[in-house]
Amino acid sequence: MLKKLLLGAEAIGQGAIDGGISGVYAYPGTPSTEITEYIQENETAIERNLHQQWSANEKTAMEAALGMSYAGKRTLVCMKHVGLNVAADVFMNIAVTGINGGMVVAVADDPSMHSSQNEQDSRYYGKFAMVPVMEPTNQQEAYDMTIAALELSEKTGVPVMIRITTRLAHSRSGVVLAPMARMENPLSLPSDPMQFVLLPANARKRYNILLAQHPGFLKYSEEASWNRFEEGPDRSLGVICCGIAYNYFRENYPDISPYPSVKVSQYPLPVKLLKQLESQVDEILVLEEGYPLVEEQLKGFFERGKRVIGRLDGTLPRAGELNPDLVALALKIERSAGQTPPDLLVNRPPALCKGCGHHDTYRALNEVMEEYGKGKVFSDIGCYTLGALPPYNSIYSCVDMGASVTMAKGAADAGLFPSVAVVGDSTFTHSGITGLLDAVNEKSNMVLIIGDNESISMTGGQDSSAFGHIESICLGVGVDPNHIHVLESLPKNHELLVKLLREEIDYNGVSVIIPRRECIQKLARQKKN
Amino acid sequence: MKCDIVLAGVGGQGILSIATAIGLAAVSNNLYIKQAETHGMSQRGGAVQSYVRLSDKPIFSDLIPSGEAQLVLSVEPMEALRYLNYLSPDGFVITNTTPFINIPDYPDVDALLKLITSLPRVVAIDAENVAKTAGNVKSSNMVMLGAASPFIDIQVQSLEKAIMDIFAKKGDKIVAVNLSAFHAGRAFTEQKITVKNKKQ
Repeated sequence: MLKKLLLGAEAIGQGAIDGGISGVYAYPGTPSTEITEYIQENETAIERNLHQQWSANEKTAMEAALGMSYAGKRTLVCMKHVGLNVAADVFMNIAVTGINGGMVVAVADDPSMHSSQNEQDSRYYGKFAMVPVMEPTNQQEAYDMTIAALELSEKTGVPVMIRITTRLAHSRSGVVLAPMARMENPLSLPSDPMQFVLLPANARKRYNILLAQHPGFLKYSEEASWNRFEEGPDRSLGVICCGIAYNYFRENYPDISPYPSVKVSQYPLPVKLLKQLESQVDEILVLEEGYPLVEEQLKGFFERGKRVIGRLDGTLPRAGELNPDLVALALKIERSAGQTPPDLLVNRPPALCKGCGHHDTYRALNEVMEEYGKGKVFSDIGCYTLGALPPYNSIYSCVDMGASVTMAKGAADAGLFPSVAVVGDSTFTHSGITGLLDAVNEKSNMVLIIGDNESISMTGGQDSSAFGHIESICLGVGVDPNHIHVLESLPKNHELLVKLLREEIDYNGVSVIIPRRECIQKLARQKKN
Repeated sequence: MKCDIVLAGVGGQGILSIATAIGLAAVSNNLYIKQAETHGMSQRGGAVQSYVRLSDKPIFSDLIPSGEAQLVLSVEPMEALRYLNYLSPDGFVITNTTPFINIPDYPDVDALLKLITSLPRVVAIDAENVAKTAGNVKSSNMVMLGAASPFIDIQVQSLEKAIMDIFAKKGDKIVAVNLSAFHAGRAFTEQKITVKNKKQ
């Protein structure tokens, strides 16, 4: 019996390898990054030569994974919750086309927004696309479910989602590995040549096939070993525990629970088990990490059934991740609150690293923007987002990948002057290029600063798709070569950057300035190795 | 056996090497373990923590409930205070006394250290200094692990083995320096606790 100490995210990576994938596709995003990184470093994966390179964004990743599945091979595609928004177009449609080789979509949500802009709950996407969703409770289930999800995907012909949240993704525990890893699938085309052609007439046919599968998906959920009813003598309350919330419930009752409960780790919701619980108890408490998806479904609009409590009535907070203390409160268990930290303690927010090139960019930008006043610099998602905080206070937006470029364009359309955007290299190639094309086509009066640190740094220094391509992309999109400037972002180039910014702000059209210097963390890691 | 530890520090200080050592030692003793880490944005110089839970029975939650941790083990003095709500009434704070000042409003260091040494159960150690004496200032995290080790119910040999495994790739010299840092930290706590017991 081989037992490995794995993060929840890594357990999914190991499960995918042992489940016989031929490749993983992903764009980095906390807390999902370690799934792909694990596969990139795994010996078996390297031996088998599995595809493991980073994609330009989540949409290209999922489409490439779909291509691999079309060719008959099993595949895994990974992203953070907001990454699924980027891939939502393909995700919604592959529920309708179905798959050929088994395909698992692993999505890591970030309730409490430790490293994210929102705390959207990906289970809604699973329900929206009408595909089975698995939600592991612990690292072992993350591993077992990934293997099972690949099998279920091939059995049902649809992609299967695995949804985890930050705590499971970034917590380590012992995982017992399967005695035998599955072989990869051979190359094989779909048996129906029209399966992937979503022309309306065919799309309607495919959609009806998907709808007809719901009873089958339900049956799989009701028979899944990780969905189960657990007895309890006190029937004043029944508890529904989804995914990791089960752990916080049992942390409060480590030996045996006084209340009957249902553990939910696979969707659609196992109706039979929930009905069994409902018939036995006076009131139902729903514990779920994320949005009140299950609670809302059970509560109903008119609340005519048994009372359902959880995040909607204040028994638990409406926002943020759960923990053992919050669940204890919901169960009316008194626990020690621990000491209150002293007043002396102050917050320590993250900051740009000492020696980071973004620092030099913001210093010059602040000097130039001083005469124009606040609120005229849009930005994006990456380390440089920290430029919104003191001591910089340089930027005024961080919305979604690439939005800096298009927001600056729209604000310029509205007459804002100057209109400046700050984006990183990999965020630019992720979703900034098409926005730049819009700006070029309309000769929008804006300055785009692409802070190029030659890596995807906030998530740990992964390879950037932009590496070596930024100038040629800008030229190809149609930016005037006289208004594309590259310089090294170093203190000695401060005056030069200030001068370039002033000149390009005065130029009526699209300008691109590329301050470039390798990420200091990446440099340090390279020196270490 | 059940031991919950909150590890604290600042992103970049490498608290995960301490967590990894405890994790390896726990696995070699067939203990159950859960160890939740901080990845992502906070790693850029922000406050980071790791929750390490060891037990001879299965562990459910990856997070430690308030008031249940036996140890708050911090590689930075102010960060030790951030997690006092997790400490059980008879728990110990083991902290490095060298401040890591990367914010403009860092509290007065003398007042901070005074507050820390006045905690009821605390081991405050100048880990950089002890590490330097032991051979290399960079091994201060292993000094901290050593200082915490008398409170962790795992054989010292298992922790030594874990340190050897972690640093094996870097050569015998680095292994030896880290082992001696570990023992210097352990000796510091053992001496402090003995003195205290005698006083009582």
